[in-house]
Amino acid sequence: MAVALDLVVQLGQMLVVLAAAPLLTGYVRKVKARLLRRQGPPLLQPYRDLLRLVRKEVVLAHNASWLFRVAPYLIFATTWVAAALVPTFATGLIFSHAADMIAIVALLGSARFMLALAGLDVGTSFGGIGSSREMMIASLAEPVMLMVVFTLSLLAGSTQLSSIAASMQGPEVGLRVSLALALVGLIMVAIAENARIPVDNPATHLELTMVHEAMILEYSGRHLALIEAASFLKLLLYVSIIACVFAPWGITVSGQGFTAYLTAFALYAAKLAAAGFLLAVFETVIAKMRVFRVSDFLGAALMLGFLAALLLFVSRVT
Amino acid sequence: MALEGLLWCIATLLGTGMAAVAMARHRSASALVYGVALCACVIALAIAGGSLLTLDSAGEKLTLPVGLPWLGAHFRIDALAAFFLLVVNLGGATASLYGLGYGRHEETPGRVLPFYPAFLAGMNLVVLADDAFTFLFTWEFMSLSSWALVMAHHRRPGNAAAGYLYLLMASFGTLALLLAFGLLAGPAGGYAFDAIRSAPQAQLAGVVLVLALVGAGSKAGLLPLHVWLPLAHPAAPSHVSALMSGVMTKVAVYGFVRIVFDLLGPPVWWWGGLVALLGGLTAVMGVLYALMEHDLKRLLAYHTVENIGIIFIGLGLAAAFEANEMPAAAALGLTAALFHVFNHSVFKSLLFFGAGAVLTATGERDMERLGGLIHRMPFTAFAFLVGSAAISALPPFNGFVSEWLTFQAILLSPALPQWLLKFLVPAIGALLALSAALAAACFVKAFGVTFLGRARTEAARDAAETDRWSLASMFVLVALCLLAGILPGYFIDALAPVSQALAGAHLPRQDELDWLTIVPIAQSRSSYNGLLLFLFIALAAGVGAEAIHRWASAATRRSAPWDCGFPDASPLTQYTAGSFSQPIRRVFGSVVFRAREEVYMPPPGDASAARMHVRLHDVPWDVLYVPTAKFVSFAAERLNKVQFLTIRAYLTLVFGALVVLLMVLAVWQ
Repeated sequence: MAVALDLVVQLGQMLVVLAAAPLLTGYVRKVKARLLRRQGPPLLQPYRDLLRLVRKEVVLAHNASWLFRVAPYLIFATTWVAAALVPTFATGLIFSHAADMIAIVALLGSARFMLALAGLDVGTSFGGIGSSREMMIASLAEPVMLMVVFTLSLLAGSTQLSSIAASMQGPEVGLRVSLALALVGLIMVAIAENARIPVDNPATHLELTMVHEAMILEYSGRHLALIEAASFLKLLLYVSIIACVFAPWGITVSGQGFTAYLTAFALYAAKLAAAGFLLAVFETVIAKMRVFRVSDFLGAALMLGFLAALLLFVSRVT
Repeated sequence: MALEGLLWCIATLLGTGMAAVAMARHRSASALVYGVALCACVIALAIAGGSLLTLDSAGEKLTLPVGLPWLGAHFRIDALAAFFLLVVNLGGATASLYGLGYGRHEETPGRVLPFYPAFLAGMNLVVLADDAFTFLFTWEFMSLSSWALVMAHHRRPGNAAAGYLYLLMASFGTLALLLAFGLLAGPAGGYAFDAIRSAPQAQLAGVVLVLALVGAGSKAGLLPLHVWLPLAHPAAPSHVSALMSGVMTKVAVYGFVRIVFDLLGPPVWWWGGLVALLGGLTAVMGVLYALMEHDLKRLLAYHTVENIGIIFIGLGLAAAFEANEMPAAAALGLTAALFHVFNHSVFKSLLFFGAGAVLTATGERDMERLGGLIHRMPFTAFAFLVGSAAISALPPFNGFVSEWLTFQAILLSPALPQWLLKFLVPAIGALLALSAALAAACFVKAFGVTFLGRARTEAARDAAETDRWSLASMFVLVALCLLAGILPGYFIDALAPVSQALAGAHLPRQDELDWLTIVPIAQSRSSYNGLLLFLFIALAAGVGAEAIHRWASAATRRSAPWDCGFPDASPLTQYTAGSFSQPIRRVFGSVVFRAREEVYMPPPGDASAARMHVRLHDVPWDVLYVPTAKFVSFAAERLNKVQFLTIRAYLTLVFGALVVLLMVLAVWQ
């Protein structure tokens, strides 16, 4: 019985992230538009976009191979699984032991690998430019992510997100400079990984500034819908990671009862709204940087990650 | 029993090699040699696997009356040897299977067939050797037989130089190992490994470590001794390249593990730091070199350098933990390194087989002249894709599991008492993460430019799928990549006796855990379950595909590519390997390679093409090797004069030398 209930909660989490992801993106777009004194698209526009794309026919380039057609499904599935493994409103889900933070990041790496290959498949110059830049950004972001994991595991003694969330709620953690630095580093990685301003512009269609959009230029119809859904999920995933590690208040433990789930769920929604609002404000006040400045941006993030880990060593002694 | 069986397999291989000398010109010689080698390797593989699971800690010994008269040739199989024999013979068996098809295209079978089984035999013998003399003798035998294979196509440009450099570096490495064993044997000269083990720790143990690092590292491709590897490995026929990269470098790792963890006695903490730091630098440099490379086989060889670095990170951590009496952590580091040894041998063989298939189909190794092969060679492309994902440490494949274990070992480093290690190991962790991410970028490049896009030359356009033997061999390895990735628990359990023997502890039993999860330390600390992830992804992809195909439009239309409304007809406008790695070159190149870009723009009115020239410097080569070579040739020039003296001068020289020697003797006494 307990196992069945656990399975239901796990399944519920999978569906929640899938259902909530487009809403988060729609919300960020709406807030951005309001900040620019525009009306903006309705909140539910991403759902409509997905629905419309799914109904349209797929236009494939002549020399697109099987990889081009298989990749969207794999990208979507991998990202969905990764997003479902991050604790959102409850920790200690039945399958949360399947992957720790490193494995979740690596799963996103698998999705990115397929996407970059799909960008090269048709053999156009824009696909190549997108793949090439995406892999450059990813290869700089990954060490930062590891330094953040390192800092967190020093504090929590674990790389398991459930355990980290639990220990962050504990009394012994408190406010630390290291945590602040790690938070900034993680946010910078999240911005780079999700192709947000200032690293990339999700709304652009100006060719030479595109990274993510250039890779998926040849996609259409249901394939594009899957890839869009995957990128919505990825944004939700990073927000969830940040919320679960740095704002773990109210996350319930699996098996606490219905009301606990309900409050946790409401709090999770509030955290998403807050994060989405901050992201929109940040994107509005900052300008996009040149592609080759990204290495400085992520280099700074790496230094922050390093400092976070080193400060922790120093503070342990004193 | 097991040992005798293995030695018979080796004798069969040696016999086949000798027979091949006589009948190399015969039409069926190739099939016969590879067939016999396949059978011998499969039997040896079965014996090694059985021994790994059943052998007790003492192992099995045998002494043959050959070699040094007062010593004999000692052979022994224990858990460590059994594991490495498994790796060697798995590589040998798949390479032989591949050779059954690939060998038919060989232009000069007489230069390959005799040495191929000898090379396999040599690698087996090194792992079995149980005294210093046998070890060094078989080590040299392995080096020379592989050198002969490198020189198989000696007339191709560059191959002779590669062979020469290989020979030099191999001799240098063996010299270092010879000195290491000399120190280990001590004043009494006990060259049997048993005698070394039972003797008190050798004096100058740190020197032995450095010598072992130089000796084994030069064979394995550790920075800065890696220079020969990317030249020599690709020069050999592809299945031999796979063996050299996938397996022979592992024999070198075996030599290092045997000396440092078994013979040398308890380690000192700085050994671990040194080895892990070298490993981290090697990993990042290897992958950066690979990113700058356009030759498919040479790119793979540079990735061998990278993966050897990852293995040495694990070994260094194990030594550091062992020195601080943290056996559980040492076992984790060692298990991670050895699991990566296995994984790398699997996916590197797979990738070299794929590169060999491309080479046979198109006659090209240069990626810039390939493209679009996924249409012409779908099975090879699929196998290469799996190998690329595995080497890029992507779940659910095997490369991720061993790198994940290495990360877990790195995350245990805060418990180390030495401050230097506390600061060093996180930095090594960042290097490891960087190398993993860059490897993914590099394999997007390798796979994307070779197999995807449009064909850049006639040769690539007219390629045909490779033969069935080669495909069979590749798909065996594809299956292993996935199996080791989703069921790593069984592999970790199989490594338990090895880490028990060397580090005095082993990881907790994995096969009894729920859902086949792997838990290196404790469930609350970290766990990974490749099987669940794989099933989840398959399920999610299945559900997505089913839902879309049931409720959405299934209409598909083919048309010209969109490309922002500006598709270019020529395949030469595609992204090339050079342009793909340009952003990474911009980020790292100016420091690591002292890269310079020179742009030539024709003046207005001039219709000639603009040019961009990129100049990269191989810094270790410029700093270490060129000055050494200059010094040697300078000294040789000077000494050359001694060849043209008069008889009186020679007599004076002889007399002078005699006097000096006698004086030295007198002073010494």
